[in-house]
Amino acid sequence: MAKILSPGTVAPDFTLHATPDQSLSLSELKGRPVILAFYPADWSPVCSDQMVLYNEILPEFHRYHAELLGISVDSEWCHAAFARESHLHFPLLADFEPKGFVAKKYGVYHEKFGVCERALYVIDDKGIIAWSYLSPIAENPGADGILEALENLESAKKVHR
Amino acid sequence: MPKLKVPVSSEDHIQGDKNALITFVEYGDYECPFCKKAYPIAKKIEEIFHTHVRFVFRNFPLLEIHRHAEMAAEAAEFADTYKCFWEMHYLIFENQNKLSQPLLLELGTTLNLPSEELDIVIQKKTFASKIRNDFLGGVKSGVNGTPTFFINDERFNGSPYELENTIREAVEKLEFRRF
Repeated sequence: MAKILSPGTVAPDFTLHATPDQSLSLSELKGRPVILAFYPADWSPVCSDQMVLYNEILPEFHRYHAELLGISVDSEWCHAAFARESHLHFPLLADFEPKGFVAKKYGVYHEKFGVCERALYVIDDKGIIAWSYLSPIAENPGADGILEALENLESAKKVHR
Repeated sequence: MPKLKVPVSSEDHIQGDKNALITFVEYGDYECPFCKKAYPIAKKIEEIFHTHVRFVFRNFPLLEIHRHAEMAAEAAEFADTYKCFWEMHYLIFENQNKLSQPLLLELGTTLNLPSEELDIVIQKKTFASKIRNDFLGGVKSGVNGTPTFFINDERFNGSPYELENTIREAVEKLEFRRF
């Protein structure tokens, strides 16, 4: 069974649809930290679902110049509707076809349920994984781990100056 | 297990004995229906265990999807300046399905709060910084949804319906230690 990738690994590049007519590649974002939030599905029934929560925290992520990308196996049309409904201000990427292709590269595809696991990655500005975390699929992992990882990246930069 | 990163202080809204040995913190959003379901549970816990448990409420509004959450939090913070935070807190949840600025002014009048001042507070978002600090403290503590509860600094991961029994067990352990 594939395992979540560890810190120190080069983050595999990928290109996925962010909207019905736009794609986004991870390599386009080199030069700034990137947060990848893999999650099972849009339209979770709770108002404070993981993507909605991160939407509220976006200004904090931006303080670290980090870009947040949500990834699930939903199509770009489903993402568009969910993002509109939830007023999301960050891209949701469609790991739709081949299904879970990127999630599999990152060791976070749930074979039995056919969805992405709930997993987080913080990738540094050089494209190296700085932190990763696999949450139980039914548990929202929150953002404290992400913020700590971003803070550690920032501190490491200051030390090396 | 995520732990509360912001200690409870005199800046917080506290019910029950301020020196109680058990601290029970809720991060909530006034427009969240799950918080509405949880508020009578928290209220009952405080009524039963108020000598052993201090209950603290902190703001965690989801501003993008709940357009009245911020103004409700502002109204509650304003009520606090007139020492009726908890009255406003419960009134807001009881009237959650009708939340609006006129409703909040009505609730303020019920509590004899100056409605012109309350109106200005809501419009100017006077307490925005305090509300945002509550929110960020919650994020750093591992708040992952609303409501999120902490019992003695540890995040409670069970259902709100299990809270009363969990607190009861904590109180009984405390009592047992006295013997």
